[in-house]
Amino acid sequence: MTDRPAHSFSVALLGKGGTGVVTAGDMLLAAAARCGLYGLMIRAVGPQIRGGESAALVRLSTSPVDCLDDRFDVLLGIDWKHAERILGDISVDADSIVVTDPAEDEVPHSISATGAEIRNLEMAGLAESVTGGRVNMVALGYVGCLAGISEAAISHAIEKNIAVKGRAAVAASVAAAKLGAASATSSVPTLAVRKEAGDRWMISGNHATGLGAIRGGVRFAAAYPITPATEILEWLAPRLKDAGGALTQAEDELASVNMAIGASFGGVPSLTATSGPGLSLMIEGLGLAVCAEIPLVVVNVMRVGPSTGIPTKPEQSDFNAAVYGLHGDAPHIVVAPTSVSDCVFTTQWAVHLAEATQAPVIVLSDQFIGQANVVADPIPAIAFFAKRKLAENVAADFERHAITADGISPMPLPGTRGGQYTGDGLEHSAGAKPSGSIGDHNVQLDKRARKIANFDYGQHWADIEGDGELAIVSWGSTASVVREALQRLPDDLAAKLKLISMRLLLPARQDEMAAALDGVKRLIVIEQNHTGQLYRFLRAWYDLPADVDTLHRPGPDVFRPGEVATKLAQWCRQ
Amino acid sequence: MSAVAPCKLKASDYKSGTKPVWCPGCGDYHVLASVTKAVAALQLAPENIAVISGIGCSSRLPAYLNSYGFHGVHGRALPLATGLKVARPDLTVICASGDGDGFSIGGNHLLHACRRNIDITYIVMDNEIYGMTKGQPSPTTAPDWDTDLAPGGTGVSPFHPLVIALASGANFVARAFSGDVKGTTRTLAEAISHPGFSFVQILSPCVTFRPDQRDWKTKVHPPPVEFTTDAAQAARRVMTDDGFNIGVLYKGSRDKYNQSVEREVNFECDFDGEFLV
Repeated sequence: MTDRPAHSFSVALLGKGGTGVVTAGDMLLAAAARCGLYGLMIRAVGPQIRGGESAALVRLSTSPVDCLDDRFDVLLGIDWKHAERILGDISVDADSIVVTDPAEDEVPHSISATGAEIRNLEMAGLAESVTGGRVNMVALGYVGCLAGISEAAISHAIEKNIAVKGRAAVAASVAAAKLGAASATSSVPTLAVRKEAGDRWMISGNHATGLGAIRGGVRFAAAYPITPATEILEWLAPRLKDAGGALTQAEDELASVNMAIGASFGGVPSLTATSGPGLSLMIEGLGLAVCAEIPLVVVNVMRVGPSTGIPTKPEQSDFNAAVYGLHGDAPHIVVAPTSVSDCVFTTQWAVHLAEATQAPVIVLSDQFIGQANVVADPIPAIAFFAKRKLAENVAADFERHAITADGISPMPLPGTRGGQYTGDGLEHSAGAKPSGSIGDHNVQLDKRARKIANFDYGQHWADIEGDGELAIVSWGSTASVVREALQRLPDDLAAKLKLISMRLLLPARQDEMAAALDGVKRLIVIEQNHTGQLYRFLRAWYDLPADVDTLHRPGPDVFRPGEVATKLAQWCRQ
Repeated sequence: MSAVAPCKLKASDYKSGTKPVWCPGCGDYHVLASVTKAVAALQLAPENIAVISGIGCSSRLPAYLNSYGFHGVHGRALPLATGLKVARPDLTVICASGDGDGFSIGGNHLLHACRRNIDITYIVMDNEIYGMTKGQPSPTTAPDWDTDLAPGGTGVSPFHPLVIALASGANFVARAFSGDVKGTTRTLAEAISHPGFSFVQILSPCVTFRPDQRDWKTKVHPPPVEFTTDAAQAARRVMTDDGFNIGVLYKGSRDKYNQSVEREVNFECDFDGEFLV
């Protein structure tokens, strides 16, 4: 079950800071895309800001991939200094090839003990033989050749990436890559490269999140830097300006969430992005947006918690904070992208939901999804736009929080004559006057709950694959791993299974889940946290089959597809 | 074609009619009067004004006005007002706080709003006490003021909000006294009209928990000299005065914050191309 699919090739490039392994990884991915392949890359870094060890973990494939493989076909170490800080993320075995420079330290024992084939490649020496040649380009040429990627594609990727450095630099890098390629002899199966492949996009989850926000109509973002969410805000900064919007850097997350609320009160679809500690600081503001009925999108790129935790590594442990963190009875929406590419759809949908329901929406991305760079098919545009129910012609008896059948009340924007009201975190009457009455509290609680519960979320609440009587529920980056695990199972086992990748985590969709679980005999919930947070939520809010299992463990020990396939095969046979 | 000239807006046109929660004799009633008179003097349409506040007695102000308003969470009025002004530069944005809301829980935002120099007016009604929670010391309370929370006094010196504002880059700095409605109205109208971040500390007595402040009306006096355009000189003056000089202390000419959302949003923009390999 853990067999590597023949259509996939995984390579880890390792080196100390400054050796450029991440640049080489980016180029390898881009070259693969030009050859019609798909792929994914994540950066693994040590705790240092600059210097130290880093690695590019690249997976290339003939079909779309959204997670790393269990093992690596090739591990290339430009050097092995401090490699032990990262090697925990890189699994090699007797079928792997380990490439090392004989001029450097020896391959660490933990690697050589696996029985992997050790190959010497004089990377530094070959690089020095070319004026301006760099060691990472020798490495790129070598692994590109092992993967079956054409020299032309590698040269093109080099040119595109470093054209700004001038023709001499490009020529030196191309020459160094060719020396690397010439030294490679392959014993691993190369990938079937397609000549007439369609267009490919290369995009990270964080950039995809920014794209979804802009496509949905977000024109204001408030920003406070935090790993691993910052790239969303950095991507948005110039592009919001191009789109007629603005980004403001806030002094802290308390300010950023309130800036976004203020801008949205003014009528501009607004977003902020953060990670766990920032979400904790924003929770009071989220409650304000619930009470005052202000559309707002907060993207939380989850990292290992609690507290500062492990900032550069993924975990799905902010589910409870996002769902239950707000004080009072505070109906709101929580969504999660089901893959890197899905960040576009889910974020755009989140903007649509926030604007339509005049409520805050939390998007639960995670470090893996956010910082993974994928080669994927172009992501088509969809028709979800910010569309707020506005009060434009205001009658004398206008009430901002009027009780309506769907719970959604027309909202006047500042500047609308006669619509003046005070948005308030105090409980209020339908006419937006502060109120401590039991009656006002009850009708406003009901109204705010109704608009979230009764909204038409369509089929987007989950992606459902398969039609078996054994169901798996998963979410976020883990759902991607499970999806691939199902593809690896033999057909007779796969036919027994159904995967429900939940996109809408809150509110609970009991009817849709009941339909999805119709005929399902057993269920297993798979997620990346220590306490089974989604599992416990499902048990509380949904009618489930009597036999429900859970497979969960904390980050950063991410699930791998072969591992999950093995576990699912055992579970199927129970 | 109408031949009727538009009616001149009166101060009363800016009141919502909601009865304030304030105690009889509270200085904040006079601040409410001064705000309505100032915006009437400027003839600003009520629907084009937004008054943003946090939590506390003074932060109840927006509900008593017939403008747009937002009564947000404790300490965060300035960020909310900042986001609104970036999104809607066409609006006149006034932010209202008290000394607890603005200087303690929201203190950090004061520094950055001044530094950003966004074009809003910030009014802090300073009564040197937390009134809504019934009499706890604030950042402007004297060290020996006796309270249940700090019996015998905090022993901690109050800080100097005007100096902080000057040091942080506020573009207009003034002190007013709520009982002087005429002077406060004039100062507020000037603050609203001045580009960039305008900060007005209004001494506004709490007759319930600080009955001693009834004496303030006998203590306040106009400054001995005109305002300055030199922030260092203004800071020196304000650090060496008796705390009861009222009027405009400083007017700057720093460029205001330049980020804003455009009125005509470009919905045709397409960033897909950059992802194509």
